[in-house]
Amino acid sequence: MDQLLYASEVLVNGLMTGVMYSLVALGFVLIFKASGVFNYAQGVLALFAALTLVGIQQGQVPFAHLINAITGSHISSFGWTVPSLLAILLTALVMVGLAILIETLVLKHLVGQEPIIMFMATIGLAYFLEGLGDIMWGADVKTLDVGLPQGISETAEAWTAALTGYGFFIDRLDIWATVIAALLVAALVAFSQYTKQGRAMRAVADDHQAALSVGISLRFIWVMVWSIAGFVALVAGIMWGTKSGVQFSLSLIALKALPVLMLGGFTSIPGAIVGGLIIGVGEKLFEFYVGPLVGGATEAWFAYVLALIFLVFRPQGLFGERIIERV
Amino acid sequence: MSPTSPTILSELAPPPAAPAPGTDGYITADGRKIGGVLMDLRHITLRFGGVTAIKDISFDIREGEIRAIIGPNGAGKSSMMNVMSGFYVPQEGEVWFRGAKRPPMRPYQVARQGLARTFQNIALFDGMSVLDNIMTGRLTMMKSSLLEQALWWGRAEAEETRHREQVEKIIDFLEIQNIRKTPVGRLPYGLKKRVELARALAAEPKLLMLDEPMAGMNVEEKEDMSRFILDVNDEFGTTIALIEHDMGVVMDLSDRVVVMDYGRKIGDGTPDEVRNNQEVIDAYLGVAHD
Ligand SMILES: Nc1ncnc2c1ncn2[C@@H]1O[C@H](COP(=O)(O)OP(=O)(O)O)[C@@H](O)[C@H]1O
Ligand SMILES: [Mg+2]
Repeated sequence: MDQLLYASEVLVNGLMTGVMYSLVALGFVLIFKASGVFNYAQGVLALFAALTLVGIQQGQVPFAHLINAITGSHISSFGWTVPSLLAILLTALVMVGLAILIETLVLKHLVGQEPIIMFMATIGLAYFLEGLGDIMWGADVKTLDVGLPQGISETAEAWTAALTGYGFFIDRLDIWATVIAALLVAALVAFSQYTKQGRAMRAVADDHQAALSVGISLRFIWVMVWSIAGFVALVAGIMWGTKSGVQFSLSLIALKALPVLMLGGFTSIPGAIVGGLIIGVGEKLFEFYVGPLVGGATEAWFAYVLALIFLVFRPQGLFGERIIERV
Repeated sequence: MSPTSPTILSELAPPPAAPAPGTDGYITADGRKIGGVLMDLRHITLRFGGVTAIKDISFDIREGEIRAIIGPNGAGKSSMMNVMSGFYVPQEGEVWFRGAKRPPMRPYQVARQGLARTFQNIALFDGMSVLDNIMTGRLTMMKSSLLEQALWWGRAEAEETRHREQVEKIIDFLEIQNIRKTPVGRLPYGLKKRVELARALAAEPKLLMLDEPMAGMNVEEKEDMSRFILDVNDEFGTTIALIEHDMGVVMDLSDRVVVMDYGRKIGDGTPDEVRNNQEVIDAYLGVAHD
């Protein structure tokens, strides 16, 4: 019985981790659907967003190290702090600016190229952004606090204690992260179904030629989609950064998004969400039950093995469209 | 439908200098009034590497007429329509629209100028319903901001209702009420072609361009499509450029016909004139490359 209760707690915590994977995978799917680009840089976008947010919030001078090295000065901070909400808003604007830059400097020149070339370009972009983040804001680990509640939730503990006789330890941050992610997804769905821009986005995702013929600018949609993906990355970055500090390992969650996508399908938004949750829960439970038998650290490889097994039996993923060769 | 007073310009005559709409038109046999030049294509040449798909072709399309482009397979008809709609950029030549020379433009900008088209190989949004597909034809007409839409406030609601009404009219007109909610991917070929026409019509175009709207259809479907094309032209006064591969179908529909063969223009005039043109007869009889 105790074992089962522990397992449920592990499951709940796995769901929370899964939310994070889902968010990163969601960014991938958005860009992949609209432009056919597999954006390797999605994880680094989250890192870059979190770094920028901390930098703006704490009034850090961007490129301070570089400026100091060149001019021999010793500046590091403007000496002010920016309120969280305003800082988030400014960071969102930075992400839009970044989307415009990526479109005009990279994507525009690669239109019509093979997907593998686009993919290589995003690998380049990932390394570039990682370096840029480093030079702009410094390489030290930063703490991020935008006022999200943290610590063990007593309410959840009391409720679960009343229900099961055993109080679950659930981090309040995880609860908030789940709620925010759910709201974000709901907003995205409403946007794509009911607004003119969202419909145009779906049109572009469906057929470029047809979209052009009804007067939709592909470049506008691409900038829009990269901006949205940047915003989703910002949300993921805030949560992950709050939880484990803003550091370069943040970009590694992108690697977990790959098995999530194999599971959920590269073109399915529900797939990204469900896939993320399955991987999040799966790896925690696996570690709980099987980990002790094999010496632990299964979380490092479990997701990939699961995805590989999936790849064999259902290559299009849970929700992905079946891939049919057109002749 | 042969015009009583044809004023077809001879191929050698210089193109008219931006005539005002409504001037120097002609009256068709069935009494429709054809206006001035809407689109004027001047000395268009288009090459793909070594292949010259269009060789120095000039012709015009007048307000209110049904203008056909016919020719055997590979003649360059679709390429011509792609030039007109901005999908291809010709190496030489000029496109004049409503009396002004068109600067280099992207296809979506051309579409926003009032040119709607269909494709030879149907380009629909397979994941959307018939209704949503047709609504996309009006996307660029919607003016309310994202905020207004999000709050369903201001212009947003009235605008959505108005566009929906227009789309419903087109659905009734093309007799596709019963498939309004069907995902387009599931429709048979003939109906897909009709939905594509509906989407183009939804944009209320000044020039409607149809690339082989009847290809791959059975006789009955062809008759329906012919009727729709005539009705669109008649009821909305829409100018239509129409590509057909089959000479017979086009003769009943069009006011004037351009005939292409191997990228060249070999005939231009009323259906009767074209039918009796020796070069055209040779091209179609010597149908070795068809
Ligand atoms: N995108 C393209 N790339 C290369 N060649 C093309 C392209 N589009 C058309 N062509 C060539 O141009 C010629 C005319 O083709 P097309 O305009 O499709 O003819 P039609 O529509 O009259 O059958 C053909 O030789 C075709 O191979
Ligand atoms: Mg063709």
